[in-house]
Amino acid sequence: MIPEIGHYALILALSLAIIQAIVPLAGSYTNTHSWMALSRPLVWGQLLFLTLSTAVLANAFLANDFSVIYVAQHGNTKLPDLYKISAVWGAHEGSLLLWAFLLAAWSAAIALFSRNLPLPVVARVLSVMGMISIGFLLFLLLTSNPFDRTFPVPFEGRELNPMLQDPGLAIHPPLLYMGYVGFSVAFAFSIAALLGGKLDASWARWSRPWTTVAWVFLTVGIALGSWWAYYELGWGGWWFWDPVENASLMPWLIGTALMHSLAVTEKRGAFKSWTVLLALFAFSLSLLGTFLVRSGVLTSVHSFASDPERGVFILAFLLIAIGGSLLLYAWRAPYISGGGRFDLISRETFLLGNNLLLSVLAGLILLGTLAPLIYDAMEWGKISVGFPWFNKMFVLLTPFLALLMGVGSISRWKHTDASFLVKQLKVAFIISMVFGLLTLLPMFSGGNLMVGLGMGLAMWVVTSHLVNVKERLKHKAGFNGFLRDLSGGGRSYYGMILAHMGVAMFIVGVTMVSNYGIEQDIRMSPGDTADIAGYEFKFEGVSEFPGPNYNAHRGRFLISKDGKQIAILLPEKRTYFVQTRPMTEAGIDWGLTRDLYVSLGESLGGGDWSMRLYYKPYIRWIWIAAIFMGLGGLLAISDRRYRTARKRASSTSTLAAGSSTPAAAESHS
Amino acid sequence: MFVRIFLLSLFFLISVTPLSAATLADYTFEDAQKAADFRNVIEEMRCLVCQNESLAGSNAELAVDLRNEIFDMMTAGQDKDDVIQFMVARYGDFVLYDPPMKPSTYPLWFGPLFLLLIGAVLLIRALRKKSVAQETELSDNEQQRLDTLLKQPSDSKDAKK
Repeated sequence: MIPEIGHYALILALSLAIIQAIVPLAGSYTNTHSWMALSRPLVWGQLLFLTLSTAVLANAFLANDFSVIYVAQHGNTKLPDLYKISAVWGAHEGSLLLWAFLLAAWSAAIALFSRNLPLPVVARVLSVMGMISIGFLLFLLLTSNPFDRTFPVPFEGRELNPMLQDPGLAIHPPLLYMGYVGFSVAFAFSIAALLGGKLDASWARWSRPWTTVAWVFLTVGIALGSWWAYYELGWGGWWFWDPVENASLMPWLIGTALMHSLAVTEKRGAFKSWTVLLALFAFSLSLLGTFLVRSGVLTSVHSFASDPERGVFILAFLLIAIGGSLLLYAWRAPYISGGGRFDLISRETFLLGNNLLLSVLAGLILLGTLAPLIYDAMEWGKISVGFPWFNKMFVLLTPFLALLMGVGSISRWKHTDASFLVKQLKVAFIISMVFGLLTLLPMFSGGNLMVGLGMGLAMWVVTSHLVNVKERLKHKAGFNGFLRDLSGGGRSYYGMILAHMGVAMFIVGVTMVSNYGIEQDIRMSPGDTADIAGYEFKFEGVSEFPGPNYNAHRGRFLISKDGKQIAILLPEKRTYFVQTRPMTEAGIDWGLTRDLYVSLGESLGGGDWSMRLYYKPYIRWIWIAAIFMGLGGLLAISDRRYRTARKRASSTSTLAAGSSTPAAAESHS
Repeated sequence: MFVRIFLLSLFFLISVTPLSAATLADYTFEDAQKAADFRNVIEEMRCLVCQNESLAGSNAELAVDLRNEIFDMMTAGQDKDDVIQFMVARYGDFVLYDPPMKPSTYPLWFGPLFLLLIGAVLLIRALRKKSVAQETELSDNEQQRLDTLLKQPSDSKDAKK
């Protein structure tokens, strides 16, 4: 009976979504206050029913209710409670339910934090959110109902994919989806603005914090996925250019471009139509990402659920959402005013360059990911596109992004003198060049150009931003001035600096680990030792070890350096009771400058095992970088102007409707 | 035919456990360069029956067989290119993670650069237009209206709810 309540709640949520999509929007055109005011309660109602629905599914897992097909497929009595909960979003149906739930949560957040927005804007935005919700709820109810029953009831469930039984992957999907769904807010704001014909700086100012929050979630979500792949898959890699990973990287890249473009639109009123287009694409790619992973179009190690029958609905949904929004864009974009002028050398130009590169990167990932499908469909021959291709393309383009970052962030709006840039960045440039060249010396990389490039660029990002901060603080009184800046309107600035430092750390991590990482496949008997990068790995043998729902072979390694023991590593090979596929759990001794990594291979008989031993210098920097970026984003949205701006927004927007450049009304901080 | 085998294998893969205990540790070369080449070659080739796993990473039966075959070829004195040629002749370009450069893959290899070029042209055109555009500052009248609006307490019609 209880699962039917969940099902019924889904239907109720859909009914509310339909009203939400139509009534407030209609009200915004007919200027019917009560219709528009309906949007907020409708959103709360949807959140209520979707929370209920999700809770019912979680309860079915906790109660081992195997009469529900989804629970029978992914639950098990022996599954630890944490994974019973995470099994809710561990496969197709449940992950879509999570999507719909998070969409309702974001909608509710808009309803809550939009007190100072003009009511017609709120009504339109929430209507668009309602339309998206209709799509997902229909998809759930028509093709992927998580509450479907089965008879006879199985005695035991088939358990969650063992790969997903991991704390990291329990929270990875919710974070990632928070990012995906978060871009729906920027999308809804854009559509609402296109519908209402009011695209102005206040629109950018409203969209900006929402976009940044979504971006922060996506950044951390992707990093968590990468970290998980590193320790769980046992290959020691952190990014595989797997279609599923690519699917999340595309919206991230476009989202990053959008954040920067929104900055220009907010400050200068420029790039409006481009910003709108990016907002549409960021969400479209999020949709595409969700469905690429879930539809089984792309088969990859991560595609846990594949059902081509749902393809038709997905295709139709994508067509309506993406095609419809682009049509609306094509219809309305010509009426978007251009914004203020700026010179060739100006921050606007550099930010446009950044946007171009980020978009091309997203475009090439799309190309590389879909090329095998396209070639197959067009009968141009079957091909594979893997890491060598992606790496080449990225190494070719990303250095320019890092270069632009240093120049762009120090340039002024509208106009920057070339001589100013030269004067400011001269020292930073020389230091970076020298540093990059130094790494080429025989005692360092011995002429490895990739190392020189990577380290030089990282140094460039750091030094150019140091100059930038110094320039900003020149006019503030010392450390106290910095503190006042930080507590006042400087937070978005320091957020930017922090996030860009994250980029520098990322470059260091990637450069070091891909050029100095060592891996060794080796056969070991108990008592054997292996030497890697000056570390001694002593294998003490493998013993059996029972887990709650698996049996593990656990290896024991003593790691020592210069005769001194520094760590004990316990890599595992697990065989789960239900799904017997063996799983590796790497043994890792982590450190800021290096990870030591052991993954257990196969038993070779007589106590011998095959091993993979890795030395991974600076690999942590890759994930720490993501944390920096995330913190930078959070610092930026805590900026005072987003709090005070909301109060003013409603009054400025009325003016904005009549004037083409409200940007000029805002002080250029 | 091949496609059918591929799909069938995908289907059965879920339950396939490693049938052979062969590991990468057993492939030893005298020459360090050769060992590195071997490593690269099996990393840059797809395990044909797996979901996006390399020959190096997979324990599927076919992957193990192919690894052995490549190892034999390389110990018999053939080099990386010979192996690639042999594998492509047998399985087509599909086996390569690094797609070969040839007319049919030009769209793939040059597509991104083409995209960049188009983007750059559009960008430069937009920049030119922008740098000569009229600055659309607010007129005095508009500025005055704005100032009065900003001074007023925020429009409380919506804020009350």
